[in-house]
Amino acid sequence: MSDWIEIGHIEDIPRLGSRVVKTKEGDIAIFRTGQDKIHALLDRCPHKGGPLSQGIVHGDQVTCPLHDWKIQLASGEALAPDEGCTRSYRVRIKEGTIFLMV
Amino acid sequence: MKEKLVLIGNGMAGIRTLEELLKLAPEMYEITVFGDEPYGNYNRIMLSPVLAAEKTIDDIILNDRQWYTNNDITLHTGKRITRINRGCRTVTAEGGTEAAYDRLIISTGSSPFILPIPGAELEGVIGFRDIQDVGEMLDAASKYKKAVVIGGGLLGLEAADGLLKQGMDVTVVHLVETLMEQQLDSAAGALLKSALEVRGLKFLMEHKTEALLGDKRVQQICFSNGLQIPADLVVMAVGIRPNIELAESAGIHSERGIVVNDTMQSYDPRIYAVGECAQHRNITYGLVAPLFEQAKVCANQLAQLGIGYYRGSTTSTKLKVSGIDLFSAGEFQKSDDTEELLYQDPGRGIYKKIVLRNGRIVGSVLYGDTIDGPWYFQLMRDRIDITEMRERLLFGQVSVGDSGHSATDHIASMPDDAEVCGCNGVCKGDIVNAIIDKGLFTLDEVKLHTKAAASCGSCAGVVEQILASTVGADFAVSPAKKPICGCTEYTHDEVRSTITKYELKDIRAVMDFMEWKTPDGCNKCRPALNYYLLCAWPGAYIDDSRSRFINERVHANIQKDGSYSVIPQMMGGMTNAAELRAIADIADKYSVPEMKVTGGQRIDLFGLKKEQLPEIWADLNAAGMTSGYAYGKSLRTVKSCIGNRWCRFGTQDSVGMAVALEKLSWGSWMPHKFKMAVSGCPRNCAEATIKDLGVVGIDSGWELHIGGNGGVKVRATDLLCKVQTEDEVLEYAAAFMQLYREEAHYLDRTAPWIERVGLTYIKQRLIEDNESRKGLAERFCRSQKHAQIDPWKERVEGKEAYEFTPMIEMV
Repeated sequence: MSDWIEIGHIEDIPRLGSRVVKTKEGDIAIFRTGQDKIHALLDRCPHKGGPLSQGIVHGDQVTCPLHDWKIQLASGEALAPDEGCTRSYRVRIKEGTIFLMV
Repeated sequence: MKEKLVLIGNGMAGIRTLEELLKLAPEMYEITVFGDEPYGNYNRIMLSPVLAAEKTIDDIILNDRQWYTNNDITLHTGKRITRINRGCRTVTAEGGTEAAYDRLIISTGSSPFILPIPGAELEGVIGFRDIQDVGEMLDAASKYKKAVVIGGGLLGLEAADGLLKQGMDVTVVHLVETLMEQQLDSAAGALLKSALEVRGLKFLMEHKTEALLGDKRVQQICFSNGLQIPADLVVMAVGIRPNIELAESAGIHSERGIVVNDTMQSYDPRIYAVGECAQHRNITYGLVAPLFEQAKVCANQLAQLGIGYYRGSTTSTKLKVSGIDLFSAGEFQKSDDTEELLYQDPGRGIYKKIVLRNGRIVGSVLYGDTIDGPWYFQLMRDRIDITEMRERLLFGQVSVGDSGHSATDHIASMPDDAEVCGCNGVCKGDIVNAIIDKGLFTLDEVKLHTKAAASCGSCAGVVEQILASTVGADFAVSPAKKPICGCTEYTHDEVRSTITKYELKDIRAVMDFMEWKTPDGCNKCRPALNYYLLCAWPGAYIDDSRSRFINERVHANIQKDGSYSVIPQMMGGMTNAAELRAIADIADKYSVPEMKVTGGQRIDLFGLKKEQLPEIWADLNAAGMTSGYAYGKSLRTVKSCIGNRWCRFGTQDSVGMAVALEKLSWGSWMPHKFKMAVSGCPRNCAEATIKDLGVVGIDSGWELHIGGNGGVKVRATDLLCKVQTEDEVLEYAAAFMQLYREEAHYLDRTAPWIERVGLTYIKQRLIEDNESRKGLAERFCRSQKHAQIDPWKERVEGKEAYEFTPMIEMV
């Protein structure tokens, strides 16, 4: 049964940074880009499971801290020539408050 | 509405320009391409292998028609442009096809120079330039016997070799006494000639062609000395002539080629010229590497980024005649201010010559063993001081221990399943296949597609050599000017000097001022910029944690399962029972699953969760321990032996010196990690001679050694100098670290940095110039005032607390 859950405020996440939401199904990484866009991905790189929340955020991508795979924040897909995809989650912002569909 | 871009010439330089442009600005232009050949873009440098029947035409097609369709490019093949109307900005092709342009690229290439002699118009007299010429040559080979190639240069010899393989009786006619005299000295030319004679080629050296005779088809060739020989096919390979008639007829200023400036623009700013038809700073190029560099610059300008400039190319040559290894670059004749290093082994058919000026390579000619060609070329282009390796230089990269683990084997004879990249498990066969299948030309492309050399980089030299031996000819050696990353055209040095010159004080200011191509950089440039700013403005610049790799952001080492490890500082590797007891208690308290004594003489606690870090640091702080910086591009440890405090051989107090050095330098951020060691006597038990800075105690004082590395490429240190007192050791050490901090590129260890700038330069700055040394040491100490703050303590006190706590827990 999925639902919109309030997880916090946009200002809780540093710009070009990420925070983690702990759920029963595993950690979800919430990213804030330089343009204040919010994205949510399962906190596991499709390559070797590295925690994407710990990577450097740039443009609309994050670089995995383990082996430098670049993952697109919107889709969860790895940038070519790497291949793989991590699960993405829907997010909604209302007056700065972030809701996550889980 | 989109602007219209028209490309005249469907060849390698023009299409490469479009490829580069599509990478930068895919939607910017509506693109139309005119080519007078009936094919898509093909790899012209591979025509010789086609003639030699080692490859087919299909093998050498670079862009098939699908590529043009996929990129919305209108392609007109078999249509030669006859007129450029600059007034109304249109081009007109044979048959009347017309296209309008806002910007125009002329890439019409060149034509073989046909000698103006009687009979040059006869059937069976051709150049060697395109697929059609190859077709005629193959056709002639099936019907006739006697071929004559006029011109003993690169192209002529490749044509002759191909015709020989097709079963023809081939004579090469050359005007002077040395083959390939533009690239070879007489010794190498003679070796080449005898090797080709063994294969069956005939030569007429110092012969000038006067006329070709025949009714319809050529039958005889006559020389100025009266000699006359039969010929059914004459290939003229005496040079190329840039195709400039079209540009000239449109009134575009041309000399030998179409004259362009550093942005590849002709005198008409809407019209660009790239490739063999362009003349840049008085030079026209005929090799592929410079054309690709021009393409890159032209694309950058077309994308209106305006930051790419072409400043000319250094080129090298390799003969594409299989079984003959020949490499030539730069100057190859001795002059008054140059020296020559020579290696000759006639028995094995090997000849190597390196030309030096002021301790730097300015040219090389290699025959028989060309494996080190790309390496010499790199040393030449980067102007590396080779004084230190001079005596071993001719024996190749292997002998200077500079090519990693797999340096022993010849690239060509290396089996396909030999592992080249040990980090990513990439074999030679994988690399070769990727190069062929995907049409790769540069080291960066190979890295991206195969991951070879993409991790530690120690195999980059080997990968580049595989690239050279696979692509054959003048593959694109990674450009001399290396931008920091894809976000900018600027090099590390350019960025650093701009930061200080224009007093740029934060990352945003640098990116805006230097027109970064991406909104906020990437994982490569941001950490570099952060470091450069930190180094330039100590105390004033506020460290940007978002531009730090995770380890430096949270002051611990991330491990493969996402957990962290923690290493407290243990100066000089000295500890005591109380400290060990405290560490043991903390390990128990947090159920640390595994502990290890590190190579840097400290204790590592593994398997910690990120949320636990501030707590465990609080406990370590309470027991008097601080961060050991085992995670940073910074001073790591100062390893030591026990020295004269206990050792019966010890001459100096190595432990005391190690502690003093660590006190001086802990917390300093560097371009890369920095390791030191102090040994108490020349037995050197602390292994100081493979450290970035090694100090060895001797009876009369201390030896200072620099630039060692025990990692991917083992390199023993160079001796910097001997000093007497501890104060001197500290001053020289601080000065050396500051020179490295101020001048090395981000992610350069001291070893490659010293190899680049030369030990002579370091000695100049640190030994000969006392003021320079004292200034450096003083700047180091000043910056340390702002750096020596325990990051663990700060975080225990609540700095960046959001890093260590989840946003919300839904369990």
